[in-house]
Amino acid sequence: MNFGLTEEQSLIVQTTRAFVEKELYPHEAEVERTGHLRMDLVREIQAKAMDAGLYAANMPEEVGGAGLDTLSWLLYERELGRANYALHWTCVARPSNILLAGTPEQREKYLVPCMKGETWDCLAMTEPGAGSDLRGMSASARPDGDDWILNGTKHFISHADIAGFTIAFMATGEEETPRGKKKLITAFLVDKGTPGFTVREGYRNVSHRGYTNSILEFDDCRVPASQILGEVHKGFEVANTWLGATRLQVAATSLGRADRALSHAVDYAAQRRQFGQQIGKFQGVSFHLADMATELRAAELLTWAAGWKFDEGTVTEADMSMAKLKATEALAFIADAAIQIHGGMGLMDELPLERIWRDARVERIWEGTSEIQRHIISREMLRAVGG
Amino acid sequence: MKVLVPVKRVIDYNVKVRVKADGSGVDLANVKMSMNPFDEIAVEEAIRLKEKGAAEEVVVVSIGVKQAQETLRTALAMGADRAILVVAADDVHQDIEPLAVAKILKAVIDEEQPGLVLAGKQAIDNDMNATGQMLSALLGWSQATFASKLEIEGDSASVTREVDGGLQTIKVKMPCVVTVDLRLNEPRYASLPNIMKAKKKPLDEKTAADLGVDVTPRLTVVKTTEPEGRKAGIKVESVDELIKKLKDEAGVI
Ligand SMILES: Cc1cc2nc3c(=O)[nH]c(=O)nc-3n(C[C@H](O)[C@H](O)[C@H](O)COP(=O)(O)OP(=O)(O)OC[C@H]3O[C@@H](n4cnc5c(N)ncnc54)[C@H](O)[C@@H]3O)c2cc1C
Ligand SMILES: Cc1cc2nc3c(=O)[nH]c(=O)nc-3n(C[C@H](O)[C@H](O)[C@H](O)COP(=O)(O)OP(=O)(O)OC[C@H]3O[C@@H](n4cnc5c(N)ncnc54)[C@H](O)[C@@H]3O)c2cc1C
Repeated sequence: MNFGLTEEQSLIVQTTRAFVEKELYPHEAEVERTGHLRMDLVREIQAKAMDAGLYAANMPEEVGGAGLDTLSWLLYERELGRANYALHWTCVARPSNILLAGTPEQREKYLVPCMKGETWDCLAMTEPGAGSDLRGMSASARPDGDDWILNGTKHFISHADIAGFTIAFMATGEEETPRGKKKLITAFLVDKGTPGFTVREGYRNVSHRGYTNSILEFDDCRVPASQILGEVHKGFEVANTWLGATRLQVAATSLGRADRALSHAVDYAAQRRQFGQQIGKFQGVSFHLADMATELRAAELLTWAAGWKFDEGTVTEADMSMAKLKATEALAFIADAAIQIHGGMGLMDELPLERIWRDARVERIWEGTSEIQRHIISREMLRAVGG
Repeated sequence: MKVLVPVKRVIDYNVKVRVKADGSGVDLANVKMSMNPFDEIAVEEAIRLKEKGAAEEVVVVSIGVKQAQETLRTALAMGADRAILVVAADDVHQDIEPLAVAKILKAVIDEEQPGLVLAGKQAIDNDMNATGQMLSALLGWSQATFASKLEIEGDSASVTREVDGGLQTIKVKMPCVVTVDLRLNEPRYASLPNIMKAKKKPLDEKTAADLGVDVTPRLTVVKTTEPEGRKAGIKVESVDELIKKLKDEAGVI
């Protein structure tokens, strides 16, 4: 087993890190303090990200991406993840892989503008009444001639305010399963401006300032059958095929922020003096540092291993869930400990720690809560022995 | 025209350096290393010359330990065409002195016959500021140091130099050695597509012995010390007192 990075991977890390430090960090304070990311700033950084080939680098080469293997992509995600989320997600966007599931016409209409930075996508699954239990959703679509009529409400939909379209998951039927009735789901591409489709301002969120979420309302919204992504009733299959690795993306971006918090903590522990010595000389501080680093390395190994197995075709659901679970929980612990080591200064917004600590919170909830990850991990273990 | 750019692997400028316990130098074990920032500017300028059609090929050369290969890959990923690694040391702590570097570069240049050598004005590790000048003397080529602007005009180059208190523009005959200063350009990021391509670009490896150059040090490092910590400041009672102190004690106004 080789745990080292290839030359290319080191260079990808180098370039992405340099870009993040030089082009994103200087704007963090503005976004954090105003809670808003200016579109003129987005355009300026987007252009630089495109020159550096960092924009939409998650995509395969044939559609204009960098064609990275999964591990290299995750290394890139870790570096981007260091910065304010609104900045890196908007200015160095990674269009959803699910757009690759589109027909040639759908790719042309939706993926191409995302690659060019002309628009962004958003994914609408969650509803006020259906979060973890997505197959219990109530938003629905019914056929009407060659069209489909969409009705229902989605909430917590990230960056729907700037997205030119949404990929809406709608119940289109029901099936009997051993665990009772479950909804059959279909994915629809819905353009902003389609009559009957409204995007309303969402909630104010403790994590990721400047990264908005919206409420989407569908009220007899009519879309042609050509807007179906994948097949009718196969929305979840499409999502599972193309969105499997987003858990690893959450893990990797969390690792980036955890690493940033840890390096602040190490520097501070070596610099700050109390009681006549560096606080890092007190075991109360230094043992914290040791635990933080150990947690971080463990989470990294789980994440990189899952990424590597992804390309080998041997990854399991549990592998990806373990990486997401461990990385997001490690981030929460490390962010908290980094603040503790900084004393009062850790809470002040002169340092990025207070926001890393706030931002850490959502990571244990979205893309499957920590409980859902534990459910997936244990289910796989028990199933193997007939459970 | 072929442009040759020597690039050095140095301690990253963000790293807080630590002096080795025996005072023989700074500790480089497990420390982040990068391309000398002035060399990055030289690589950028060479690539721009190529993009403008003023150069056909950009060849980068690094001299030192085997790991300098990473530095060369960075230059290739920025857009250089070809790389030459001259292995001249096994120990990361051995710095190859400017004269030996200049001799090795001369040997490479004799083979490569570039029309222009673009080098950093100095390396940020030892701050010698000598290699370019020595190389030009060994080659018998003209030199222009501290360039903040470079224009190729037929068989000569017009170079604006940053000198004390202003700028000086000189014209030098090609082939020549130009060393670059900080304000010449802003180096680009090695782009992801270029990073993927860099692996396929040729990287030749030679040794100093192949080129017949003896790299035995001629200089002895007597002592290495950390800069003295800053002394505590003083408080003044009034602006008048401040002006008086600046005049009489600091002698700066
Ligand atoms: C900032 C933000 C942005 C988001 N962006 C998007 C987006 O762009 N698109 C989108 O579709 N969604 C988005 N989401 C929604 C996100 O995916 C959900 O919040 C998440 O799936 C959890 O659903 P929920 O919030 O409804 O919580 P619930 O599912 O109601 O869970 C409540 C609690 O019950 C626990 N629980 C539920 N089921 C079980 C179980 N079987 N076993 C044990 N415990 C269980 C959960 O772990 C949790 O602790 C976003 C959420 C946030 C906060
Ligand atoms: C919002 C806010 C309001 C405040 N209001 C006031 C106020 O009104 N008046 C006032 O006087 N102060 C105030 N404070 C200051 C507060 O009391 C200090 O922040 C606190 O005492 C910690 O000191 P410090 O922040 O300098 O951290 P430090 O003392 O520098 O501690 C840094 C880290 O080192 C650790 N450490 C230090 N010494 C040891 C040791 N011997 N062994 C092990 N670990 C050690 C600490 O536990 C901590 O983790 C306020 C602070 C905040 C954040």
